[in-house]
Amino acid sequence: MRSIRLAAWAIAHLLIFIQLPGVEPVYAKAKAKQVINIAYLTQEQNVPPPLSNLDPFIQNKGIIGAELGIDDNNTTGAFTGQQFNLKKFIVPLAGNVADTFNKELAGKFQYVVLNLPADQVNQLADLPATKSMLLFDVATVDDALRNEQCRSNVLHILPSRAMRADALAQYMMKKRWTQWFLVLGPAPEDHLFADAIKRAAKRFGMKIVAEKTWEHTFDARRTAQSDVAVFTQVDDYDVLVVADEQGQFGEYLDYRTWIPRPVIGTQGLIATSWHRTHEQWGAVQIQNRFKEKAGRWMEEQDYAAYLAARAIGETAARTKSADASQVKNYILSDAFALQGYKGNPLSFRSWDGQLRQPVLLAAPRSLVAVAPIEGFLHPKTELDTLGYDQPETQCKWDK
Amino acid sequence: MKKNASSLFFSLVLAGGAVQAETVFVTLEKDNALAVVDPVEGKLIKTVPIGQRPRGIAISPDNKFLYIATSDDNVIKIIDAETLKEVGKLPSGDDPETFALNPEGNRIYVSNEDDSMVTAIDIARKKAVKQIKVGVEPEGITVSPDNHWLISTSETTNMVHWIDTKTNTIVENTLVDPRPRAAGFTADSQQLWVTSEMAGTLMILDAKTKQIVKTVKFEISGVTADKIQPVGVVIDKDRARAYVALGPANRVAVINAKTFEVERYLLVGQRVWNLAFSPDQKRLYTTNGISNDISIIDLESQTVTKSVGVGNYPWGVAVKP
Repeated sequence: MRSIRLAAWAIAHLLIFIQLPGVEPVYAKAKAKQVINIAYLTQEQNVPPPLSNLDPFIQNKGIIGAELGIDDNNTTGAFTGQQFNLKKFIVPLAGNVADTFNKELAGKFQYVVLNLPADQVNQLADLPATKSMLLFDVATVDDALRNEQCRSNVLHILPSRAMRADALAQYMMKKRWTQWFLVLGPAPEDHLFADAIKRAAKRFGMKIVAEKTWEHTFDARRTAQSDVAVFTQVDDYDVLVVADEQGQFGEYLDYRTWIPRPVIGTQGLIATSWHRTHEQWGAVQIQNRFKEKAGRWMEEQDYAAYLAARAIGETAARTKSADASQVKNYILSDAFALQGYKGNPLSFRSWDGQLRQPVLLAAPRSLVAVAPIEGFLHPKTELDTLGYDQPETQCKWDK
Repeated sequence: MKKNASSLFFSLVLAGGAVQAETVFVTLEKDNALAVVDPVEGKLIKTVPIGQRPRGIAISPDNKFLYIATSDDNVIKIIDAETLKEVGKLPSGDDPETFALNPEGNRIYVSNEDDSMVTAIDIARKKAVKQIKVGVEPEGITVSPDNHWLISTSETTNMVHWIDTKTNTIVENTLVDPRPRAAGFTADSQQLWVTSEMAGTLMILDAKTKQIVKTVKFEISGVTADKIQPVGVVIDKDRARAYVALGPANRVAVINAKTFEVERYLLVGQRVWNLAFSPDQKRLYTTNGISNDISIIDLESQTVTKSVGVGNYPWGVAVKP
């Protein structure tokens, strides 16, 4: 008798051990799943002329971030009875985004993650089909889209140019590097970045002592050797602020200026929502998870798309709802707090749909500071010392 | 009542005779070492190399062994608490940080942050016996004193998972404030106290209903809300007071465990993370990651009496009577 019991005991335990390697997760209760479908819309891009062979062009920036966000949502969803699906739409280079949208997305999705240029974002936002949708812009940094051209159905995840310029200015103020030499490229985006720099300079008491537009070639060898030294012969300044969003010449300024001065702006010390040098506040975890999935570092658009998916997931879990209008109300409320691996909880500004967030100030291989810089105070949240605060906004929308 | 009387007797005996000082062990994340501190003298006795990036630490119920998660070695080391020599290793999975011992001391439960898993390890057999799928980035982990519940908090899923220790399966999940960090039970296993790093809150959950019965928001004048990041939480045996480490706010909150009111904030070292009581619960020890010291709090007078420099990035703390 005793030996039989013992044998049964042994077998039972053996079974437990045998089952181990492939253990299926056991979830709490099997309920009917609430399904939340999210569309991701982007267009193929022309491969830009390479500046050098250092950084390969990444065609799928954003997508893998969105996928990781969906993975995380579904881990939570396994416990809350919610299922998140991501459907990707990649419009070919010659295709028409609005057509794809009307044919494939209209009426089928409540949530759309847009990785598209500014003009296309608003073109879509104005379509009748998007009125009841919630669009997450994960690519633009335009201040106009968050001000006079704002749309009530669009949330912007990336920090605007103004937020980035303010972050740089706060750090420069802390360093007392107050005399700026502004160098801008010929592209319209460069002028927008320069405008943000000028606004930040005014806000934080910086002085732009010289301003020049880069008119030389974009040829690396020539530029590097001779042009920069000549070009940068201006009156004394503390830092050179470069506005070159395409990265056509900015990289060649550092170490080649006439007088020894650091470079900040779009190259040198940059202001960004995400950077590979960022490790604090659990960031190491998501850097690892992303790298394992993508085989490359997480780019800004990936981070933004991750946050867009997580914002939907977090809200759906809290509100137990899949309905876009309920989700939107919660997202724009004070209760919403998103963990974004940057210390502070992230939330949306109710006046322009901009994600409120710390901005990283990064050198190529080291994280220099995180703005808002200590000492810049705000009555509500110090995060609102970056970019357009409520009293300054020109966004007028009916919610 | 009986228990109180006997512990009073015990402390009287101690006070009468030579004071038998306890030993405080502190893991030093950046020194790859273990600091050994005499808290009564307020002195660092010695520092011993322990392995790569030591973080979580616990002592066996019989006080014979220390368990230390050496994260970059991907193991939990078993250390003889007397000789401080390594006597074994437990298969923790990758990058172990936090773990919990069951009251009997024969099981260890580890949070595997990168895999969204909790691994149950049989200590005697030095074997992983079960992996339990939990939310994204599991962090806080604890076992109820009655050994009924294993709790895992997931930082990105924002949940407390209630795992039945008999079946090793999740029975219930409670959605909590963002980035839940540490969890601790009251001695009677009736309440679970959970800290939220992002919301700057402490939540008290009823173990029967699994619901939040109270949320305590920490506010300190002169300290911005984003600096208040609650991490470690401990509650005394009588459920009179609880203590919460507030991270970069550099303070420990003292909470009345009956009314849930915050009684005071005690200024300690920089980025205070983990807490441990002395065996008689007359003192509290805190690890202060940035100021590289531990603070000793006298709980009778509710004052910080000493800080002892221990080494770089003190992380976890365990106490041997």
